[in-house]
Amino acid sequence: MSNLIVIALGSALINNVVLSQFLGLCPFLGVSKKTNTAAGMGAAVVFVITLASFVTALIYRFVLAPLNLDYLKTIVFILVIAALVQFVEMFLKKYMPALYGALGVYLPLITTNCAVLGVAINNVQSSYGILESVVNGLATAVGFTIAIVILAGIREKIEYNDIPAPFKGMPIVLVTAGLMAIAFCGFSGL
Amino acid sequence: MNKIVERLHNGIIKENPTLVLMLGMCPTLAVTTSAINGLGMGLTTAVVLTLSNGIISLLRKIIPNRVRIPAFIVVIASFVTIVELLLEGFIPSLYNALGLYIPLIVVNCIILGRAEAYAYQNPVLPSLFDGLGMGLGFTVALTIIGLIREILGAGQAFGFHIMPDSYIPVSIFVLAPGAFFVLAILTAIQNKVKIEGEKRGKDMSRIGSGCSEDCMNCKESGCSSRKFYDNEAVEEKAEEKKKSKAESKKKEETEDVNEDKDEEKEVDADE
Repeated sequence: MSNLIVIALGSALINNVVLSQFLGLCPFLGVSKKTNTAAGMGAAVVFVITLASFVTALIYRFVLAPLNLDYLKTIVFILVIAALVQFVEMFLKKYMPALYGALGVYLPLITTNCAVLGVAINNVQSSYGILESVVNGLATAVGFTIAIVILAGIREKIEYNDIPAPFKGMPIVLVTAGLMAIAFCGFSGL
Repeated sequence: MNKIVERLHNGIIKENPTLVLMLGMCPTLAVTTSAINGLGMGLTTAVVLTLSNGIISLLRKIIPNRVRIPAFIVVIASFVTIVELLLEGFIPSLYNALGLYIPLIVVNCIILGRAEAYAYQNPVLPSLFDGLGMGLGFTVALTIIGLIREILGAGQAFGFHIMPDSYIPVSIFVLAPGAFFVLAILTAIQNKVKIEGEKRGKDMSRIGSGCSEDCMNCKESGCSSRKFYDNEAVEEKAEEKKKSKAESKKKEETEDVNEDKDEEKEVDADE
């Protein structure tokens, strides 16, 4: 149990997926203009990463590892994740239109999000079991959500500030992200 | 010959994937803690990009339009796996330094973007050189960023001490926040160039913003259009069928009611 808590804290805060591992930067910078869209993206990421780490852990444990096909993991994982996202999108569209309305627009953006594949490969490289993989996936995604919501909050505020012209747009967001990364460095003392 | 030089020039300078188009930011920030890591990552990506562009261009008439994205992903992932195994065997130091980011070359926007935008529509030789040019452009950008971070953060260049002994390294530049700051400065310079260029009336539209404005409606790297299975083509066809059927229905209004019902069922099945 304490093992799981260590994994969860480690991947949510200390090794934050965007701020210290630089995975999933595109949605982090691109969908962080408003707090509510950022939260929607965060929720979609939590959903997809948790599901994807469960499925890839199952496939690795029961298909790839017994057959000694370890080296195929990159190909298999990316295809499984891409297919899974598409399937989830179709499923939600058909059976849960309310949830689809909330998450649907974000799902295609996640298909080739490096965070999803990164977590799946990370699970294998750290030789996590299935439960540990799911916890790691969930915690990583929660870490992503925390980071993107905070960034969106800051961006809403700085929009009205007087920023030098060349720093408008992307550069000021990157400076903000850098300052947030410094703050998150503080968690490594935990 | 001209075409080849043009593709190389386009990839390295005119449409440099990192410095102009702002694609593939994740590896750009993550592995540029030193110039040599940036160089290694850049060259690895360049090899994958060149080979995958070549193969996708060879197969462009065989791959059906509807399942092109999974086909591209399989080709790219195969080359990434090959390169990963080669690095592990022959350059283990680089393999250890890049770690997780080698398999993540698969999801690098640049590679899938070039496959979709260039290799799928053009003959083999230009595609190969398009990949090579883009790959080298990526390598140059990564090496420059790595060099800046290494000089500021460790006082070294390619592992050699170049700063005077009195220089105290600003170690934040080799840590995670430094990556954001260096990139912020680079994009600010890029913005400045863009603003100046527009003042002088030059066309600066090809300079990308890295999707920082609105990822969902962004056409630059096309993340949102990157669906596993292209449903839209199928849906369009279904709609056309539906329309033509509805029209024919109106004409045959006088005919049997049962037939109408059958047709409705068919339309439903099409959906």
